[in-house]
Amino acid sequence: MSATSAEPLPRDTEHRSRTDARHDLFFRMLLRFCALLVLAALLGAALSTLWGGREVLFTDGFHFLLSSDWNPVENQFGALAPIVGTLVTSLIALILAVPVSFGIALFLTEIAPSWMRGPVSSAIELLAGIPSIIYGMWGLFVFVPFMAAIEPTLNDTLGNIPVIGALFQGPPLGLGLLTAGIVLAVMILPFISSVMREVFQTVPARLKESSYALGSTTWEVVWNIVLPYTRSAVIGGIFLGLGRALGETMAVTFVLGNSYNITASLLMPGTSISSSIANEFNEAVGLHRSALIALGFLLFVVTFIVLLIARLMLRQLARKEGR
Amino acid sequence: MSAIYARRSATNIIALVLSGFATLIGLIFLVWILWITAENGLAALKPTLFTKITAYADQGGLANAIAGSLIMDLMALLICAPIGVLAGTYLAEYASSTRLGASVRFLNDILLSAPSIVLGLFVYVIIVLPTTELTNGRITFSGFAGSVALALIGLPVIVRTTDEMLQLVPGTLREAALSLGIPQWKLTVQVLIRAAFSGILTGVLLALARLAGETAPLLFTAFGNNFMTLHPLDKMASMPVTIYQYTNDPNPALHAIAWAGALLITLFVLALSLLTRIMFSRKKVSYE
Repeated sequence: MSATSAEPLPRDTEHRSRTDARHDLFFRMLLRFCALLVLAALLGAALSTLWGGREVLFTDGFHFLLSSDWNPVENQFGALAPIVGTLVTSLIALILAVPVSFGIALFLTEIAPSWMRGPVSSAIELLAGIPSIIYGMWGLFVFVPFMAAIEPTLNDTLGNIPVIGALFQGPPLGLGLLTAGIVLAVMILPFISSVMREVFQTVPARLKESSYALGSTTWEVVWNIVLPYTRSAVIGGIFLGLGRALGETMAVTFVLGNSYNITASLLMPGTSISSSIANEFNEAVGLHRSALIALGFLLFVVTFIVLLIARLMLRQLARKEGR
Repeated sequence: MSAIYARRSATNIIALVLSGFATLIGLIFLVWILWITAENGLAALKPTLFTKITAYADQGGLANAIAGSLIMDLMALLICAPIGVLAGTYLAEYASSTRLGASVRFLNDILLSAPSIVLGLFVYVIIVLPTTELTNGRITFSGFAGSVALALIGLPVIVRTTDEMLQLVPGTLREAALSLGIPQWKLTVQVLIRAAFSGILTGVLLALARLAGETAPLLFTAFGNNFMTLHPLDKMASMPVTIYQYTNDPNPALHAIAWAGALLITLFVLALSLLTRIMFSRKKVSYE
């Protein structure tokens, strides 16, 4: 070695560069290991719940998904009621939260005077910081009585409309799918509106100004220019909110009423995947516990797919920007 | 012609009014929830909350829950902060354009909004069940298991902020250090992480704010305990789980204690997120 190089390196320098290389390799491996732990967490969550729920999923998978009969005493486990409850409450949440979030994003990017934008958007984002257990308590002690007070009116008005009327007929319990859906809507509102606000700001001023110059109103600019330009990211933001709503536990557990009956009315109590797990897990043994873990696996797979779509949609806009 | 103009301007005005109305709805819910929490919480605040344990039920306080939460939150940070910072460093410095880096970054974003109750089940299956079997039921639910579940909530937050903050560090700093012959690990630890330190710290605080309010992952990992314990392998009480149990109880005196706990936890979380916001805004100024 030393014979070939013109000026041999001093011994300690050579030694040092070799230790440096070794340390670098070690450091790099350590970092990569930590990054892989993130993947392991997701994969582990999927595999462990699959394993924990194997007794139910692999022996009677289809029956588990399609049966509405949930009876721990007789070891009958059909997940239809929690699945329907999760989907219905999340759907209500989306129907309510999407237009409101859009309105907030529109207000904060196009209408509000600039001194107002910072404080108002921070306030809306504070909603995302409130722990979900607080939503649950507020929901149970304040919002449920409020809903019980207005539900007779819902019965008399919306309940009389043909076709969708059946959704709004029922006893004024306050608890139920509609209440849970509204609480969820408030929870996911800040997530959807902050994504919308951020992507609305990425629309090039050129495009908007051209449209204004042609005589468009503010609404026409937003509807014809801003929304089409940001469409994929807006859908991504909505799916992000949906992912949140599907997996939320504490806010809905108190206000759903924990009932395994599937009814047409949104005013009746129901259950959801996450609230079934939270309510029953610590009392469950054997097959019951396995069924609840299997429910967790289902929830994980569904939210994973929804969040995957959300992130892919959000990435499209980033690419468009050339980031 | 003028009919079209009138209709367009009417549509515009209606849309703008509705959007203002939507913002008002959001703000009303925020004020409503915070007001209720403050009103009920302040009415129930008393010194025995901090001195008595939950074993005395409505005559007691939250001392063991507060201690349990502090211990588990701290342990969770001790677990997720180093891993998160190192993983985020890997993404920013070593894998910013590799396929592995891209997929870790992508999946980390998914972990960020994964349902917390499933992460609780995950820890139940990989920690609670095996320890129960290995120790013949002596160690079942534990504060340690609870911390691991909370760490999984905080991890993606720290990974993401570290990644973003390191990308803000100017490339000239790297080049200057490398041209002096510093090995890359020293560059990373002594120059880059130090340069982005306040940003990384913000990420850690943000993670703390998120995991401190979590209930669902603790239900079947730390479980709960009516007595004071500082041992990480015991069942451990926590603020959110105690609030959950007290809210489910028919006794209104317990509801009052739950509201006091809710107020404390909300104040803690909101103060943390306010602090990080201030740090963040300063951060942005210093880089522009």
